[in-house]
Amino acid sequence: MKRGFIVWSVLCCFFLSFGFAKGAFAKSKIIIGFTVSQTGKLNAESKEQFNGMELWKDYVNKHGGIYVKNLHKRLPVEFRYYDDESSKDRVQQLYVRLINQDGADFLISPYSSGLTASSAIIAEQYGKVMLATGAASDGIFSKGYTHIFQIYTPASRYLTGALDLLKARDPKAKKVAIIFEQSNFAKAVASAAKNYAEKKGFKVVIFESYGKGTTDFTSFLNKIAEKKPDAIIGGGHFADGETFAKQIFEQRLKVKLVSLLVAPAVPKFAEIGNAALYVTAPSQWEPRAKFTKSTAKRLGLPWFGVSANWFIKKYSKLYGETPGYHAAGGFAAGLVLQKAIEDAGCLKSSKVIRALENMDLMTFYGRIKFDKGDYYGRQVGHEMVYLQWQKKDSKLEKEVIWPRGAESAKLIYPYYKKF
Amino acid sequence: MEAWIGAILSGILLGLVYGLAAMGLNLIWGVINVINLSHGAFIALGMFSAYFLFHFAGLNPFIAVALVLIIGLIIGMGAYFVALHRVLDAPELSTLLSTYSLSLIIIGLGTFIFTTNPRAIDIGLGSIGVAGIYIPISKILTGLFSVLFTVILYLFLYKTWTGKAIRAVSMNKSAAEFMGVNSIFILSLSFGIGIALAMIAGCLIAAIFPFTILSGSVYELKSFVICVLGGLGSPLGALIGGLILGLLENVFALKIPVGYIPFIEFMILVIILLVKPTGLITKR
Repeated sequence: MKRGFIVWSVLCCFFLSFGFAKGAFAKSKIIIGFTVSQTGKLNAESKEQFNGMELWKDYVNKHGGIYVKNLHKRLPVEFRYYDDESSKDRVQQLYVRLINQDGADFLISPYSSGLTASSAIIAEQYGKVMLATGAASDGIFSKGYTHIFQIYTPASRYLTGALDLLKARDPKAKKVAIIFEQSNFAKAVASAAKNYAEKKGFKVVIFESYGKGTTDFTSFLNKIAEKKPDAIIGGGHFADGETFAKQIFEQRLKVKLVSLLVAPAVPKFAEIGNAALYVTAPSQWEPRAKFTKSTAKRLGLPWFGVSANWFIKKYSKLYGETPGYHAAGGFAAGLVLQKAIEDAGCLKSSKVIRALENMDLMTFYGRIKFDKGDYYGRQVGHEMVYLQWQKKDSKLEKEVIWPRGAESAKLIYPYYKKF
Repeated sequence: MEAWIGAILSGILLGLVYGLAAMGLNLIWGVINVINLSHGAFIALGMFSAYFLFHFAGLNPFIAVALVLIIGLIIGMGAYFVALHRVLDAPELSTLLSTYSLSLIIIGLGTFIFTTNPRAIDIGLGSIGVAGIYIPISKILTGLFSVLFTVILYLFLYKTWTGKAIRAVSMNKSAAEFMGVNSIFILSLSFGIGIALAMIAGCLIAAIFPFTILSGSVYELKSFVICVLGGLGSPLGALIGGLILGLLENVFALKIPVGYIPFIEFMILVIILLVKPTGLITKR
């Protein structure tokens, strides 16, 4: 009787574990979890990033999904996401939920360095691979994380090009004002730009930050009027950057160059009309920036994914507007994850991490390569371009004005020419 | 020199707006003896009233302000009976909690309905420039409207029977009742006027700065400093308190980092509370 019970128990355990194992092997989809700032101050950028990710999902699923070699089949991608309300506190709760309750296989970061820094802690704690897009802070990658991989050019290389551009266009320009948002990302960019400016012989006459959600920049504008810098660089995110640009225009500040983070790169920036004119900005990607198969061939890199023309055409058709770099970053995050899973041949985090480590390729978004040193996971392959809002047939358009060789138009200088 | 003149002008215009924003809080605090913690929420409500009147009725905020005044008065008088009337004679903590709850309800509902996405009203009036100093016309109009409402409030409080009744109730409620003043109506009217002023301030601020449903809290904090600075129950005190704060933010910021300004503002709050708790203007 007792022996019979033991035999039955062993058999039950065997069939139960076989059933579970079969369930595991019969994986029918890849779940990717993330949060979107559907509300709050990061809404404009985050929504665009999400649109880019959605387009990638449609693209990959239309081709049957991502090929997973050890399963000998393609698995479709499914998104699980929540609104993080642009809040760090919400992000951590939601990423835990995505991992524990929604069973996310891989993660994509929220938009912004601040939110990504919060979600990275959770991804690392639970050993989930997370593609960090919309997050340029170097600080996230100095903490020894081994599961976070950056898509954007890091903050330390974000605004340095604006100073090169100024130096090349006007060697007499000497004074720079750096005014930035009190956020991880903007602080990192501004500090790096300050060091670079001083190294290049510029005098930083203002180096100050403003609080998140600032809507009145009058105090800063008065200070700028007093110190008379040649260039204003800084900003933070969309809402504050757009307001800052608008108030610079309203007060008709006689500065030669205005280069702000994030906001001018978002197509919505054109809504402020003439205040947007001649404002420059660093951009992770621009529709006019050409990264093609022939660029990849010239650099001896493998090409992966869609062409820029395909991306622009599909995105414009679907969302009724030209994509900005946030959208391209969202699509690129999906592409990179897809390539890493295909290279790894399985869904195991450790194997996907090895594939990401060895990645060095060209996409429509630019080159992708990750740091394997002290700043593990930081982007080292991708380069910034600089844009300026100019008028073509009395319509505001973004033109690539830097670096040399990649320009679609010449820089219109000085900024105050429009007054 | 241009920069200094520009800073002083900006400071005065901003100060006038701050003054108007504080006036509602000042009136309620002075007359009903209630610290209205829903003040910021009503300022935000004023901003959204202006936004919707602009986008759906095509009303410029400087015209819509009259409508916002009426809406504010009705909402305020209604809110008095819902949230304050029953707890008015209870310990002060009750009125604090009651107005705080009102604020949570408004902000909560506002966040749900409007989300926290930034919004702006672009009336495109341009700037006026004199000797190289450019000031947006909407800022000048906002300043002028603030002065206008201060004068109207002053005339109402000091020259009309109802205004005198409000002041009488604030001095001695029982004595005012003996003289035939309907104190319940007067208290609800005072709260209504306070809320209307907060909403008017929100309406005018929306014409110059972008906003979210959470933006009112910034002006609420500044209003507390202004009320303590200027003294309670006086429209002029609120205006002067606002001007001091506006000038401080603009002129001081020319020489010290802007980030230090809130620290200085709240230091002033503490010093005034310790040295002259009745404020700079009132003699009470």
